[in-house]
Amino acid sequence: MKIHEYQAKNLMKQFGIPVMDSRVAESMDDGIAIVQDMFDSGIKRMFIKAQIHAGGRGKAGGIAEIRSMDDAVKALNRILGMRLVNNQTGPEGKIVHKVMIVEADRAIVQELYAGIILDREHELPLLLVSAKGGVDIEELAVKHPEAILRQSIDPWLGLMDFQARNLAVDLGLTGKTVDFAIRTFTGMYHMFMNLDCSQIEINPLAIDPDSNMFALDAKVALDESAFFKHPELKLLHDPLEESPLEIWAAKNKLNYVKLDGEIGCMVNGAGLAMATMDTINHFRGKPANFLDVGGGANTETITEAFKILLSDNSVRAVLINIFGGIVRCDRVAEGIIRAAQDSAIDRPLVIRLAGTNAAQGMDLLRRSGLSLETACCLDEAAERVVALANEGVNR
Amino acid sequence: MSILVSRDSKVIVQGITGREGTFHTESMKKYGTRIVAGVTPGKGGTRIMDIPIFDSMKKAVQTTDADTSIIFVPPRFATDAIFEAADSGITLIVCITEGIPAIDMMKVKKHLKSIGVRLIGPNCPGLITPGECKIGIMPSPIHRPGRVGVVSRSGTLTYEVISQITEVGLGQSTAVGIGGDPIPGTDFVDCLELFQNDPGTDAVVLIGEIGGNSEERAAMFVHDHMSKPVIGFIAGKTAPPGKRMGHAGAIIAGGKGTASEKIKAMESAGVHVVSRLSEVGKTLLRSLDH
Repeated sequence: MKIHEYQAKNLMKQFGIPVMDSRVAESMDDGIAIVQDMFDSGIKRMFIKAQIHAGGRGKAGGIAEIRSMDDAVKALNRILGMRLVNNQTGPEGKIVHKVMIVEADRAIVQELYAGIILDREHELPLLLVSAKGGVDIEELAVKHPEAILRQSIDPWLGLMDFQARNLAVDLGLTGKTVDFAIRTFTGMYHMFMNLDCSQIEINPLAIDPDSNMFALDAKVALDESAFFKHPELKLLHDPLEESPLEIWAAKNKLNYVKLDGEIGCMVNGAGLAMATMDTINHFRGKPANFLDVGGGANTETITEAFKILLSDNSVRAVLINIFGGIVRCDRVAEGIIRAAQDSAIDRPLVIRLAGTNAAQGMDLLRRSGLSLETACCLDEAAERVVALANEGVNR
Repeated sequence: MSILVSRDSKVIVQGITGREGTFHTESMKKYGTRIVAGVTPGKGGTRIMDIPIFDSMKKAVQTTDADTSIIFVPPRFATDAIFEAADSGITLIVCITEGIPAIDMMKVKKHLKSIGVRLIGPNCPGLITPGECKIGIMPSPIHRPGRVGVVSRSGTLTYEVISQITEVGLGQSTAVGIGGDPIPGTDFVDCLELFQNDPGTDAVVLIGEIGGNSEERAAMFVHDHMSKPVIGFIAGKTAPPGKRMGHAGAIIAGGKGTASEKIKAMESAGVHVVSRLSEVGKTLLRSLDH
């Protein structure tokens, strides 16, 4: 789960990583009051930063420098409520509901990069640092891989001081900045392990003229599987960052991802759901969503899944692909029939059942009197649903 | 012949009295798997389906001399259950549980490696040697004894592929579901090596998906070490970047882990990559003709 910059920085503080003072505003009035307050306390310069789950905010107009109340009013007016669009937000962009107002008086002499990820290849936490901070790290990794220094960490031993020191020295740091770097890297590692993070990134990690180090920006993702250990982290979830359909699906324990096509899919199992999307694509259709109803698909889950698919206006036809294993296809068919009767299906529906008792299930569907089509195999089902979706357009 | 499990495997079910545990124990027993014990702390001394239940893995292994365990306990207790099994002398652990934190798995994996215990999963359907032994939750009837090895990160997608293999008249030596988590106990390369060395396996079907680079590593292994034909399928060609597609491990992160990268790596390593799911069976037959 991604969290906002201000939330990430609050967590970082708990692990001894220095951040600049900041506050969060959700309205114009709040924002003006906070800026006024900060000016009153002697701060001369601040930034107003859009809080959305995407990077690249500066270039997209989501960050503004503030030196006067006039600046603040203009910036708040512009940023609060704006639709921020860049390659990280997708074409539909993200609406800015919150801004962070952060002090920016301190001079900066150098910007570094520091991050920890879960290295899936070596199955260890990997600490990444670079002297070239403030730039897109993925781009840097491609263009100048040598500018990124790496240290794998044994999770049973932890990050040792000498490893952190080696990185600091190799970054070209000297004097007490080395100690600050060790403290920052160690704090990041403890945060990563203790909060079950899947990613921590500080970019840039700034150094001021007195050699102090602090996080200018922060990106953190948390492992949702570990929320049973840290129930308080669940509260950091921001429903405004997800599509309403995704939230609805999550409430019903359905794995749903909204896509930009026109064919709604309902499949049991994540791998089969992806393969179904790929097959639709092969027949020149575009899936409107990924939806995995799970291994134990029953009437309730199928009914909810139907409602979610049909409330998506971009869906022009629906494909159901179920491989009955432990759950028999005749039971699944009964579930589909009941759900279809309940949800008044107003768009073409193609169903393919396979596996245990598939023939009985298909028979039940055909005799149900519902307006639906059955297909014997995935290719036929996909081809048919694409044709039906296109007919809908031409009509 | 087969890999990892056979009719000789002696199996303990951890979490046998839970709903899932009981349901699948019955199915495994019916298939012929030698379920010698169950473990549920607090229920030691009782029996279920005539299987003795113990309070701890230590007691269960001491009494039954089992070599394999399958875990059905909830995620909160699953990490401890894996460590407990490893400590009890079990050499193969199959963890069905979905939702174990990735950082816990990192620690688990490092520890198991150091003591030489193998883990399949977590978040997997288990494994089956058709006609001999099923240690998992897959539907039994789609399988048939044969000479094709199957290894997959997925569940129902694997069943789909196995049905195709059976429908074209072939069978499976062993089918292993390694699971959809970012850190699987056993990965593609481990299984490919076992299949390459198994005289009962003539070809391998590998079913991958987006996320991570285990398919790329598998491709390298195929290129360097495999003489048997390998048929590959990758799910998620149409998956958008940055979104988790159901499985914890199925995510294109930082532009890495895309289907096209994996397909390219596999093709250049000599894997017969199938572009459409429905063509796995046919491609397999063709690869065995050569």
